[in-house]
Amino acid sequence: MAEEPTQGERELSTLLPPKDRWWERLGPDERRWLTIAFVWCLVLFSGMYVWLAVGDQQTPVESYRIDPFVFQQEVDAFVEEHQVDEIQGAAVVEPPPGSEVYLHANQFAFRPVLKLQKDETYRLLVSSTDVQHGLSLQPTNLNFQVLPGYLYVIEITPDEVGEFPIICNEFCGLGHHVMTGLIVVD
Amino acid sequence: MAAPATPAPSRVCNVTGFTIERNGQRLALANGVVAIALLAFGGFQAILIALERQGLAISADWWYRLIASHGTTMLLFWLLFFEVAALYWGSTMLLNARMVAPRLAWANFVMMTAGVLAAQWAMLSGNATVMFTAYPPLEGHPIYYAGVLLFAVGVLIACIHFFANVVVAKRERTYEGSLPLVVYGLAAAAIIALYALGTGAVAYGMLFLNSIGLLETVDPATYRLFFWGIGHGAQQVNLAAMVAVWYALIALTVGGRPVNEGLSRVAFLLYIAFIHLGAVPHLLVDPGLGTSHRIMNTSYMLYLAVLASLIHAFSLPASIEVAQRERGFTKGMFQWLKKGPWREPGFSSLVLSIVVFGFFAGVTGVLMGTMQLNMLVHNTLFVPGHFHSTVVSGTTLAFMGISYYLVPILSQRRLVAPKMARWQPYVFAAGVFTFTVAMMFAGQLGVPRRVPELGYEAAPLGLDQFVTGPVPLIMLVVTLGGVVAIVGGIMYVYIMVMTLLKGERTETPDDGLRIAFGPAARMRAPAGEGAVETAAPTATVTADGGEQEHEHITGLKGRWRRWTRFEAPGTYLLVLIFLAWFVVFYVIAHVNLSQSWPVG
Repeated sequence: MAEEPTQGERELSTLLPPKDRWWERLGPDERRWLTIAFVWCLVLFSGMYVWLAVGDQQTPVESYRIDPFVFQQEVDAFVEEHQVDEIQGAAVVEPPPGSEVYLHANQFAFRPVLKLQKDETYRLLVSSTDVQHGLSLQPTNLNFQVLPGYLYVIEITPDEVGEFPIICNEFCGLGHHVMTGLIVVD
Repeated sequence: MAAPATPAPSRVCNVTGFTIERNGQRLALANGVVAIALLAFGGFQAILIALERQGLAISADWWYRLIASHGTTMLLFWLLFFEVAALYWGSTMLLNARMVAPRLAWANFVMMTAGVLAAQWAMLSGNATVMFTAYPPLEGHPIYYAGVLLFAVGVLIACIHFFANVVVAKRERTYEGSLPLVVYGLAAAAIIALYALGTGAVAYGMLFLNSIGLLETVDPATYRLFFWGIGHGAQQVNLAAMVAVWYALIALTVGGRPVNEGLSRVAFLLYIAFIHLGAVPHLLVDPGLGTSHRIMNTSYMLYLAVLASLIHAFSLPASIEVAQRERGFTKGMFQWLKKGPWREPGFSSLVLSIVVFGFFAGVTGVLMGTMQLNMLVHNTLFVPGHFHSTVVSGTTLAFMGISYYLVPILSQRRLVAPKMARWQPYVFAAGVFTFTVAMMFAGQLGVPRRVPELGYEAAPLGLDQFVTGPVPLIMLVVTLGGVVAIVGGIMYVYIMVMTLLKGERTETPDDGLRIAFGPAARMRAPAGEGAVETAAPTATVTADGGEQEHEHITGLKGRWRRWTRFEAPGTYLLVLIFLAWFVVFYVIAHVNLSQSWPVG
């Protein structure tokens, strides 16, 4: 090398202690990048609030504690009141448009099968009576966590007609990979 | 604390010039060896998991056991064992210091190993098929929880030992002034580990008490909050340790250091203060949390931890660029990169892990942590896609890179199969990159995680959307990428094991490696491989530096030169490309979101 580093005798390296105090004044490069990066961070942050104002897809936040035993009773009453059919041993219910709809996750099924109407908004009341499950609405691919003891209120508005499977995507035991449910929209 | 009556023998390293104390050397190696053994074990499980996707007959029961053990082995055991090795290395060798309580460290080593063995027994015998997350009310054998607890407490003690080493080194004046940047980064990792492992002890402690009947119930939501303190917290330890290792690799392979080291340290401080909030995105579609809580916490408090990563994203490549330009590679924007020591395993692992981590792992992580976007990916295969690209192509590759230097230096043996070492990072990175991106695509199409087969034939209400259409092809790519990655992993384990067992004993273990740091590198520098254009001026550009100097450094002319005045123009262009990529991803994700059913 033509000349030694100008910082005196001590070599500077990430593996060696810095010279004097470790803070150094920011150069123009760093200052510019820091500004750009921080602005982007603020965009990311405010983006969530902007989507709250303009987006139709929001994270549901309404939830209650519920005794699994009570939840089971409410589901049974709901099915009895609105059942219209049965497929593969699963009750099919057709609740009135815009109403509250129970969806019960337990090892290894989501029940009952729901018959909903397009462009109507329903309040899904979801809970589990055994372990944790993952509610995954296909193929629109919306995903939620289902916890025993907690009632999660998810407002959905199906905007297309067809059969929409529900699958479990939280490991819930040895039958996890066959845990499904169904929403029919017409 | 009094100095020991007979201090442990130490030697001066011929390669780096550091004083290496025998206890620190042996403990770092022992923990590193167990880490690599665990990596090999988890890798073997990965082969089975990947091939099962293409029809290797494994029962669902065994597949779940493998997933549970693979996840826990890799995410906790391999990485934290390696980090303990790195903490011992950083707090002894880099500070010319000693292990304060070597006997305690050995007892701790035995305890951590025992914990790992206990947990492995429980998982593989089918007594604790509860997955890495162990969500209650799923129940596992008490031995499982006890094993993980022992391990976590062991890592906690190792972190405290790290701080003790640093304090005693300071008192014994084995180093002057502030900590070296790499040790500073490791200290940040150790601090993050304190609260990660602390919350982990609470989470697993609750489950342990529950499993032996002393605690009646564990609230699932409360558990999730504590669990993710370690579940993701441990990954933030990996993040900080990985960045520290990146800075070490930059020093070792190109002799670089940050343009502004202080800024890099501030970034580590931001990690310490805010990165633990990265645990909250796991709770984003849980019942029980309000909107403001979700937004403030998942944004890592205004994305200040993301800002830290963006600082490193600039600082790391700039360190390489400036070092290379000082070496004379000044032509155009990217000669410094083109002329990098690409045949050096440390350099290729460094660059590959930075690029994949930044462009894929980091960006997807931030998007998953955006409140509304999380609904699109929660618990889908996108999640394993994300975290394989962080901890495998990021952290694991960086740790592989540093071990090409640490293992020879600490064991004083020559690296075997240097030609294979030259190729290993490329093979591994190509495989991991392929299967992680494929996993993310599959997750976008709704493929769930932790599911052994996607046909749903045994379900009363079946579905065929994952066995028709593009998903089977994507899953084939996942398997192929996985196999290539495993080949890269086998190459790494082979080189390490053979070096430790059969490597030729030598006083100059850097033969076959090109280390740009330390007395040996300085002696060699003028005739060295990289010093082709040493005739070029080496002056550094200062804020008020003349244009002539600037031209020598950057090789830029005309308008560019007047406009930029950058010390690292290539890096500037790269980070702007990165930012554009980030913005595009962000927009695409929101377009996807807007096409889902209205929900709220």
